[in-house]
Amino acid sequence: MDVQILTYIIVGAAFALYIGIALWSKASSTGEFYIAGGGVHPIANGMATAADWMSAASFISMAGIISFMGRDGSVYLMGWTGGYVLLALLLAPYLRKFGKFTVPDFIGDRYYSNIARLVAVICLIFISFTYIAGQMRGVGIVFSRFLEVDINTGVIIGMAIVFIYAVLGGMKGITYTQVAQYCVLIFAYMVPAIFISILMTGNPIPQLGFGSKLVTEEIYLLDKLNLVLNDIGFNSYTDFSKSKIDIFCITAALMIGTAGLPHVIVRFFTVPRVRDARTSAGWALLFIAILYLTAPAVSSFARLNFINTIDNTSYTETPGWFKNWEDIGLISWIDKNEDGVIQYRSGNALEKTKPQFSSERGKYNQRLVLNKPTENGNEIYIDRDIMVLANPEIARLPNWVIALVAAGALAAALSTAAGLLLVISSAVSHDLMKKTLKPSITEKQELFLARLSAATAILIAGIFGIYPPAFVAQVVAFAFGLAAASIFPAIVMGIFSKRMNKYGAICGMLSGLIFTATYIIFFKFISPEYNTSEYWLFGISPEGIGVIGMIINFMIAIIISSISKPPPIEVYEIVDNIRMPGGK
Amino acid sequence: MNKEKINKYAYWKANLRIVSVLLFIWFVCSFGAGIIFSDLLDKIKIGGFPLGFWFAQQGSIIIFVIIIVIYCFLMNKLDKNFEASDD
Repeated sequence: MDVQILTYIIVGAAFALYIGIALWSKASSTGEFYIAGGGVHPIANGMATAADWMSAASFISMAGIISFMGRDGSVYLMGWTGGYVLLALLLAPYLRKFGKFTVPDFIGDRYYSNIARLVAVICLIFISFTYIAGQMRGVGIVFSRFLEVDINTGVIIGMAIVFIYAVLGGMKGITYTQVAQYCVLIFAYMVPAIFISILMTGNPIPQLGFGSKLVTEEIYLLDKLNLVLNDIGFNSYTDFSKSKIDIFCITAALMIGTAGLPHVIVRFFTVPRVRDARTSAGWALLFIAILYLTAPAVSSFARLNFINTIDNTSYTETPGWFKNWEDIGLISWIDKNEDGVIQYRSGNALEKTKPQFSSERGKYNQRLVLNKPTENGNEIYIDRDIMVLANPEIARLPNWVIALVAAGALAAALSTAAGLLLVISSAVSHDLMKKTLKPSITEKQELFLARLSAATAILIAGIFGIYPPAFVAQVVAFAFGLAAASIFPAIVMGIFSKRMNKYGAICGMLSGLIFTATYIIFFKFISPEYNTSEYWLFGISPEGIGVIGMIINFMIAIIISSISKPPPIEVYEIVDNIRMPGGK
Repeated sequence: MNKEKINKYAYWKANLRIVSVLLFIWFVCSFGAGIIFSDLLDKIKIGGFPLGFWFAQQGSIIIFVIIIVIYCFLMNKLDKNFEASDD
């Protein structure tokens, strides 16, 4: 059957499933809307957390990025999983015991201050919108490539689906749809990986195939990849290219940032007992690890396959996927030596990196670009985001696998978007309205407000998807850096130090936030020309600077709190209480 | 100090010990094996993997999962000993 019809069938069936679940699990109280009534089974919560956490970036982009970064890409693998250890050991059980609805709830009560609550709300909203813009963009790309609808129509369809289950079902609806979405996305990720692993190494387990010998030659896949890359002027796949201090800091910032992301933390409010909070962190990481152990395998398969298929192939003989992605503008070929044959080498093929296409076609019917060619021999521009999506086509897998990947990518993007929307909506209706501005509202009014703010947040997210701010890619560093420098230290100190008071916490959060934001804004937006290691503080790139922000936060908080009035006796009781699983 | 307070204090101390030992392992396996000492470990090869590279791309993740499993196990035992569980 035709790829497109198959895609419509598979994606349509998945959507019907999500909506069915949403109708079945409609929320009727604020408790159900914010934390699914606190009655989710730890395994279900683990799956939901995994789907919530694994976004379009994990599903679509990560393997592609690692594919081109090689060993440096390890920062994402360790960074986006190691945070769960921090979450399980330092945050989840205590926050569950605390037993309220949101992250600002904890910060507001523990630091007996609405200013602290407000600072947390601002961090949270900023982090969440940054993230959500990326999800909607992912939805748009998948729709435009596989269903051949306009990107904007794609975004609107995505918004409508999320609207139905997030606004109706709240956390309850979202949790159970996320369980289904996890199953769809992990199946969609594994099937092509298994196929490709068998084709290339004969090993049906891709996680192991990665370290096996090739079918065609008596040589390990990674050794072959290093040889091929060195041949055409790249560094070895298994060697670091960045400095170790930078790798160290980026990994740490991603880990700590993960543990500080509000939409992940809030998941641990939804289980019945403290013990379940610990267990479900374990389940979540296990479910995440299945994909994260496969991703580096997919990366190496894809890189080798890509080089074998494209390098030294004449343009007219390239397979269909090459031209499809060229039409969308994510691949470009510039025939520098005018031989009609593609040469893939190290370095950027084009000045200004990204191609700006002219409306004309060249003599082989390739799309021409307005960019000047660079001096080096590389003739190919390829957007790293397409590797996972194109992988099944590059490996010539059957059509239904390609359709499945489209459904999986959508599940990843939608599940994360829904989780983020809920966090934004509860921050507005609960933390801002109920707890700060208008405590007199009834539960019914609060529930209505929660639905209203979820709907508004979806609209804003949709606008971001349709008119993507040019800086989406740059601000991802922001989300993690800010979470690491603001929310994470405030919560950890709130649990592990009784003496920490509101002055220390607020000054700490603000100084961590301001330092990290200034550093990132300076290098990413104001003076990107200085964004090289010689100008960085201690050689740490903006992606990794959140770690320094976190250290500043801790230091300022400890100094200020030690010279100001200790917290009131009730706060000591709160801390005593959250440290013990039992008791009230 | 009354008995309940002493009990609480002992529970918290035991908890902190478990957490710090596990976080130490967490650090050694990810930042240690995957980044700081990776060049040394790369000299050892297991199958097609240089060992440091394997730790950075797969090994650390597997150990993270194991750490959380051990944590759950130890904490459940601790809760039981101190009758601190919230069942």
